[in-house]
Amino acid sequence: MTTPLRKVAVVGGNRIPFARSNSAYATASNQDMLTAALDGLVARFGLEGERLGEVVAGAVLKHSRDFNLTRETVMSTRLSAETPAYDVQQACGTGLEAAILVANKIALGQIDAGVAGGVDTTSDAPLAVNDDLRHLLIKLNNARSNADRLKVLAGVRPGMIVPAIPRNEEPRTGLSMGEHQARTAARWGITRAEQDELTALSHQHLAAAYERGFQDDLMTPFLSLERDQNLRPDSSVEKLAKLKPVFGGPDGTMTAGNSTPLSDGAAVVLLATDEWASEHGLPVLAHFVTGETAAVDYVGGEEGLLMAPAYAVPRMLDRVGLTLQDFDLYEIHEAFASQVLSTLRAWEDPVFCTQRLGRKKPLGAIDRAKLNVNGSSLAAGHPFAATGGRIVAGAAKELHARGGGRALISICAAGGQGVVAILEA
Amino acid sequence: MPDTYTKLANSPIGKIVTGQTGLPRPTILERHRPGDPAVNGRLLLGAASGGRLAGPVAKVLAALDVDTATALDDDVRTAVAGAGLDAAVHNPDGPGRPRFKALVFDATGIADSTQLRAVHRFFRPVVGGVEPCGRVVVLGTAPEDCAGPREATAQRALEGFTRSLGKEIGRGCAVQLVYVAPGAEAQLASTLRFLLSARSAYVSGQVVRVGKASGKPPAVDQHRPLEGKVALVTGASRGIGAAIASTLARDGAHVVGLDIPPLADDLAAVAGALGGSFLTCDITADDAPQVIAEHLLREHGGVDVVVHNAGITQDRTLKRMKDERWDRVLDINLSSEERIDDVLLEEDVRRAGGRIVCVSSIAGIAGNNGQTNYGASKAGVAGMVAAMAPILAKRKITINAVAPGFIETQMTAAVPFAIREAGRRMNSMSQGGLPVDVAEAIAWLAAPDSTGLNGNVVRVCGQSLLGA
Repeated sequence: MTTPLRKVAVVGGNRIPFARSNSAYATASNQDMLTAALDGLVARFGLEGERLGEVVAGAVLKHSRDFNLTRETVMSTRLSAETPAYDVQQACGTGLEAAILVANKIALGQIDAGVAGGVDTTSDAPLAVNDDLRHLLIKLNNARSNADRLKVLAGVRPGMIVPAIPRNEEPRTGLSMGEHQARTAARWGITRAEQDELTALSHQHLAAAYERGFQDDLMTPFLSLERDQNLRPDSSVEKLAKLKPVFGGPDGTMTAGNSTPLSDGAAVVLLATDEWASEHGLPVLAHFVTGETAAVDYVGGEEGLLMAPAYAVPRMLDRVGLTLQDFDLYEIHEAFASQVLSTLRAWEDPVFCTQRLGRKKPLGAIDRAKLNVNGSSLAAGHPFAATGGRIVAGAAKELHARGGGRALISICAAGGQGVVAILEA
Repeated sequence: MPDTYTKLANSPIGKIVTGQTGLPRPTILERHRPGDPAVNGRLLLGAASGGRLAGPVAKVLAALDVDTATALDDDVRTAVAGAGLDAAVHNPDGPGRPRFKALVFDATGIADSTQLRAVHRFFRPVVGGVEPCGRVVVLGTAPEDCAGPREATAQRALEGFTRSLGKEIGRGCAVQLVYVAPGAEAQLASTLRFLLSARSAYVSGQVVRVGKASGKPPAVDQHRPLEGKVALVTGASRGIGAAIASTLARDGAHVVGLDIPPLADDLAAVAGALGGSFLTCDITADDAPQVIAEHLLREHGGVDVVVHNAGITQDRTLKRMKDERWDRVLDINLSSEERIDDVLLEEDVRRAGGRIVCVSSIAGIAGNNGQTNYGASKAGVAGMVAAMAPILAKRKITINAVAPGFIETQMTAAVPFAIREAGRRMNSMSQGGLPVDVAEAIAWLAAPDSTGLNGNVVRVCGQSLLGA
């Protein structure tokens, strides 16, 4: 028995404004934020009491108590408590990977509707007791007599008080993501000016999107915020040029301006079959066509940590028979301005395309006017797992507003990974 | 080993003294050790538009596994990609000053003197970032191979550029011009392997001509290019000769050392240490060519490489130079080589792909006080190379020469201090060369894939102020 594949509709999305780290959402937990985003979605699409096929979401930085974060979140919302849920985690690719998972189940006919999303907080971060103390406490717990317990406790040392703080660094290289990307930027000869230009555009585009009300049905205010806290509508190349480099040493090109700040927030997106949408009187903004993931060897190999999307996209294009130029929108997550620029340059480069991708010709350039037209992470901020949901919802809405078209989504992730997808309307 | 002054000037105290007094501080030159990478750092490859060598150069660099960068120039990147070289990107507008071990520029696209600015534009931003003992190689088309006078003029201009850059770049860096004949694009491997590596430590300001050769050059192991070859080295018991023998042996050759019977003990020691063999013989004897030919045929079935290194000086000003001094120097340094080559050719002792490498001298190019005999013999060697090259080419044999400048040997150690110091310092490296520097150049010319090198006289003189 075979079931024909079904088209997957993007019905709409919802997120809370993104906050800068240790600021507006300093005391909000991942569950608080994801609940707010999901409840906003429920309210917008009238899903109160609805039993959805599933809700899939995740967080990159997670407390051990949040082992079942998404299911716990569902039970805090007005969705039917009978809606199953599970967590996924693929670093910054979490949100988009969640969307691929839900879309696949819908396409296969296993579910009719589901929610994908993600949340992250860098403020309410999960500090852990350090490994030495943790080992000691486990021993203490296992001790059978008071004498044994005393013996174990005698091993306590002052250094054990220092907590283990989650760090934004690659475990295998000890380098921060920014330092990794600084190397890639240098390899591709990305200049400071190009990065600042892309950054200023991101802010201007997002500000314009707010001005024309584009964000109104993509967002639910949360705590004190109605807009992304990181957004600087008056950002300019001149202002950005004044910032000092933070990655790549004194000659570095990457600043706090053209790198995404640590941020807090949550985003979700509702996927369904066309039938489910119409039965519920809901729109179909676009269809989720396909997704692809790739990973690169940034440890032993020569490739940059954040270059995996440069591999994932051509693989996906070949699979569906499209070229890089066959798109009306390009949503390339701005982890760093230089990441976007390195990726675009790689696709234009004969050496990269032949030697690393094994193709005969470069993929070529894209029309920059179609890139991140409503701003991206540099302006909005980037709560790691929330970015996928933000982009899918925003791109689907933009395609719908234009009366059709095709969007390419690309998100780089820690561990040398990349998650990409295609939307069509 | 570097000379005493160079060692002193590079000591911690010497660095302070030379820094404050402005005395020269010669760079201690890097030299090749077995197993070293071809280029000990990153190489920047550039090209004037319309050039024909970016691809062929990239192919060599890919085979040598050289860490290469290029500018974001679509023509160059396409050529490099086609050659299978995974080159990084260099953006001259980027921040910081990138460091390069080698700069290679294909200037064959320059067809008019106004286009020479491409050379300036490529080198100016990066020349300050060349690491000590770095390498600069400009590739051009020899004026005689150019399509018209404008192109020939511009290509000849490159010579003045490279020679001048060689004099100002400093820190042990070497600058060369390689003229590559149209159709000789596949002949670059051995020359780039030599000029880009520490093997060419004491070679600078040279113009090398790479010409066409029938067939593709054989593929060689870059660490043992002479594997399986038999090489005859005359005057092998001491000094430069011993260094030649050991360098050819390092590159894989079976070395047959030759020297006069009185030096048999030294010769046996040199040959024994290298796992080679030896032959004692006075090359000026009437039967010497026959003796050598028979030995090579009997023991080795022939010979692949002949290095005419044996030579003597017998200095006197001309009016005080007796007949014997003149005759002996000319006979050992030149005439005997002609006689040996003739017999080896006639008797077909030399195997296909044979190589003859002669040792000329800076004295043969610039002349030297008290050396009318020696200067004549060494200029004669250069003449022999030029005259024989086209004749030998028909038999797929090449003949080239190296012309050493001031090399630290027992011979130069005997020169009076003041003259010795002057000889040592009057070159772009501010120091004398070592016997191994001459030997490395010979090994390059003797390599099986040096098929495109024929009729060259390459100086190993640290770009001496003497001579052209």
